[in-house]
Amino acid sequence: MAEYGKRERDRPWIMRTYSGHSTAAASNELYRTNLAKGQTGLSVAFDLPTQTGYDADDPLARGEVGKVGVPVSHIGNMRSLFEGLPLDQMNTSMTINATAVWLLSLYVAAAEDQGVDHSVLRGTTQNDIIKEYLSRGTHIFPPAPSMRLITDLITYTVDEVPKWNPINICSYHLQEAGATPTQELAYALVTAIGVLDAVKATGRVPEDEFGKVVGRMSFFVNAGIRFVEELCKMRAFVELWDRITQERYGVTDPKQRRFRYGVQVNSLGLTEQQPENNVIRIVLEMLAVTLSKDARARAIQLPAWNEALGLPRPWDQQWSLRAQQILAYESDLLEHADLFKGSEVVEEKTQQLVDSAWAEVQEVLKRGGAVEAVESGYIKQKLVESNAARIRAIENGDQVVVGVNKYVEGAPSPLTENLDEAILTVDPKVDADQRAALARWKADRDQAAVEKALAELQRVAKTDENMMTASIAAAHAGVTTGEWANTLREVWGEYRAPTGVAGATVKTSGSGAAAATIDRLRKRLHELEGRMGRRAKLLVGKPGLDGHSNGAEQIAIKARDVGFDVVYEGIRVSPEQIVASALEEGVHLIGLSILSGSHLALVPEVVQRLRDAGLGDLPVVAGGIIPEADAEQLRAEGIAAVYTPKDFELDNIMSDLIDLVDRQHAAE
Amino acid sequence: MPPSDPADDARHVMSADKAAVSRALNLVEDRRAESHARVAQLLAALKDAPKAAGGHRVGLTGPPGVGKSTLTSALARSVRQRGRSVGVVAVDPSSVRSGGSLLGDRARMSFDPTDAGLFVRSLATAGEVGGLAYAANSAVRVLAAAYDMVIVETTGVGQSEIDIVHVADTVVLVIQPGSGDVLQFLKAGIMEIPDILVVNKADHEELARRAVADLRGALQTARAAGATGGLDADWETPILATSATKVTGIDELIEALDRHRRHLESTLAARRRQGEVQWVLDLFGRKHGEHGVSTLGGLGQLKARAERDVDGGETPLSLCEHLSREYVAALGKTP
Repeated sequence: MAEYGKRERDRPWIMRTYSGHSTAAASNELYRTNLAKGQTGLSVAFDLPTQTGYDADDPLARGEVGKVGVPVSHIGNMRSLFEGLPLDQMNTSMTINATAVWLLSLYVAAAEDQGVDHSVLRGTTQNDIIKEYLSRGTHIFPPAPSMRLITDLITYTVDEVPKWNPINICSYHLQEAGATPTQELAYALVTAIGVLDAVKATGRVPEDEFGKVVGRMSFFVNAGIRFVEELCKMRAFVELWDRITQERYGVTDPKQRRFRYGVQVNSLGLTEQQPENNVIRIVLEMLAVTLSKDARARAIQLPAWNEALGLPRPWDQQWSLRAQQILAYESDLLEHADLFKGSEVVEEKTQQLVDSAWAEVQEVLKRGGAVEAVESGYIKQKLVESNAARIRAIENGDQVVVGVNKYVEGAPSPLTENLDEAILTVDPKVDADQRAALARWKADRDQAAVEKALAELQRVAKTDENMMTASIAAAHAGVTTGEWANTLREVWGEYRAPTGVAGATVKTSGSGAAAATIDRLRKRLHELEGRMGRRAKLLVGKPGLDGHSNGAEQIAIKARDVGFDVVYEGIRVSPEQIVASALEEGVHLIGLSILSGSHLALVPEVVQRLRDAGLGDLPVVAGGIIPEADAEQLRAEGIAAVYTPKDFELDNIMSDLIDLVDRQHAAE
Repeated sequence: MPPSDPADDARHVMSADKAAVSRALNLVEDRRAESHARVAQLLAALKDAPKAAGGHRVGLTGPPGVGKSTLTSALARSVRQRGRSVGVVAVDPSSVRSGGSLLGDRARMSFDPTDAGLFVRSLATAGEVGGLAYAANSAVRVLAAAYDMVIVETTGVGQSEIDIVHVADTVVLVIQPGSGDVLQFLKAGIMEIPDILVVNKADHEELARRAVADLRGALQTARAAGATGGLDADWETPILATSATKVTGIDELIEALDRHRRHLESTLAARRRQGEVQWVLDLFGRKHGEHGVSTLGGLGQLKARAERDVDGGETPLSLCEHLSREYVAALGKTP
């Protein structure tokens, strides 16, 4: 019989909530509330302009300021973000990549202003550019200078901020982009190898201290709904990392070989239909990364049940935090040794994953490593293919998603009765306020000091000196995020990553209802081509700074497979570029994809510019996480159709698109 | 929309009005029989455009993955900086199964959308053998009437470059270090010698140097075996190393292009005419095979006919159309 009272328990993982929005002051208030609710670490979400190195006053930042995170343009913003939060006591995770060196510099500088020495700071910078190229899309610079920034940050912190996790190698976003467990393991590990090899190549770390660098590597992992397989995936990670660190890097201290990881569970599988079911999904996914003591996450953040609808409110995030607390403090999980040691089923599955992932690791290394396999498009293409297979499986019912393709009938949910209030909306004034505050900041600072700091940044960028020192000095001088990034853009240029769609081969079902549908769509397009004289041409555009390209990629591939000529330009194209492309390419139809919540700013702008260019008749559809009230407004402004995550049947979308082209042709 | 006046359309194209250029490209892509007359009228009206005669048509080709789009982008930007306007035709393959295509070149290009002197159109091959889109030849003529330089970017190696020779004044073959196939093709004479050879992705000096040396060797072997570059033997094919991402070697490429264009000055008209004639023969041959060619009197007679009609202002497409009709009519007469 169980005895009640105090028992020996393992220390629970760090509990965080990925959060930040609107302004530094508003986010600061949110962090204080979250800590009061029992959260044990902070996880800062930056807005897209901050992640991609633009200030609020940059034209490219239009509509994006404060949307998916907090804008941090300078040390003043960083100070307000952590006002009243002593940085020597915080454990702060920052989801920041291309501008990681800069944001860490601001953090270090803000700590110094609080009287805190940087050597005691604890936390994590994500700092993984490879997965940005592959999935998340907030990269700025070409691979070589990007890898240099990564190694600069790592070699700086290993010496100067020894408790900092300088990099979180992310398999998370690979799964969001469609990776299978094998691919997730393999591509995360080759990324880690690429980073460690690059650090080694700098020659800055003495041979006998390399174990210290290896010991600071951490990972950011995803956990999906197939939680037994996911549990085995985590065990496979532990085994493979131990092998790599020992064999490739000769690390002898087992502590430095430990696979350290944080988790955000799967957002890709969260549904817009019957969204309350997502709570159960989130809990199951959490089990995958907590049940094994030998492969347990060190930090967990959970998405909220309503993420497929829009931005979650504090209450929604609290519900997810409570799930963690109940598992860690109420249940008996933390009282036991590893539950699966000796389980034949778990060990066999783990071995399978270890072997298949190891083979794929070798394949990528044979192709020159992670950076090469990104530049050649090899990895991206694999991910796009896997995601297409996943979507197809849901579409034809092979993969059951409750409430989506099975058990769809149900009583109306009181949680979503008032849908527009079931999400958080960011005040559109935030944009203008941030611009005004930025202008004041620029007016009040010592311009000569700023220019000197920028000149020094530029000088260092051209050498192989560490960028951190000059960046910290620039932070103190009042330099802005946009100025820092633009200075480096001038030296290093920008990079557009392969989209992976052109070469992706997709198996289409050879028979059955699905094949018949595809056949029908192809015939319709062929017939339409006969009447129009040329093939229907679709422009798939991703305006704004949002880099989540899965939706756009899958639409592009599907449209090609039913017979459209598809122009896809990749991520981060401005409304001006979309209109210029539509004009030059002579397309019949435009599809816009936006997941950052900036659709109300960007979509109407594209439409207006089309009118100005004399293309007002061109049908435009939009897809993304678009609340119904917004969708209504967009339709009122002339958008032909709005698609959201619940529209998972791509064939239906294709059929709509063909209708639109057909109708437009008939009208001409 | 009521049909517009071809002369009027042509005037707008020649003034590089983007909307007019785009409409003209839509028209030349139009495969409906009822549109062919308008296509022919438009192209005839554009034939003597001042830009067309003085301009430069550059064909950029090479195996997949060597960075042609990025190089095209870097080249176009540099040419723009020199004050010349640029039109680009980027050709991508169509899916055999669906007929659809993914035209991804724009994703690799970064251009100023407000630049009136730069125009990019993607075309799908639409099942054409040889790698050039159905309308590419006509599209080049449209763009050549509007812009100083036209770049046609296609994918392929070996046989499939042949088409680009028909539309380009200068053929640039792009490869990356370690392209064994290209070397073999060159040596074996499967591939015609291009006017300019570019080793792209030459980020590592040592690799690039070796690749350039390999190519030089292959060229010597090919020449020794009797292969010639294009139409004239007195052009020494330059071998350049570029890095489109680091933007190095682009100035040298432009210099080589300009040099080749000057070299062509006296022979350009003949080269373009020859290209069009060859294009007719290829189009017709692909459609109707040997039987078609012999029915209309054999290759020699067909060629003479094509030369005459092209000189008379026929476009390759309309001429091929006529020849097809004649062939079908001839077929009807045989029992």
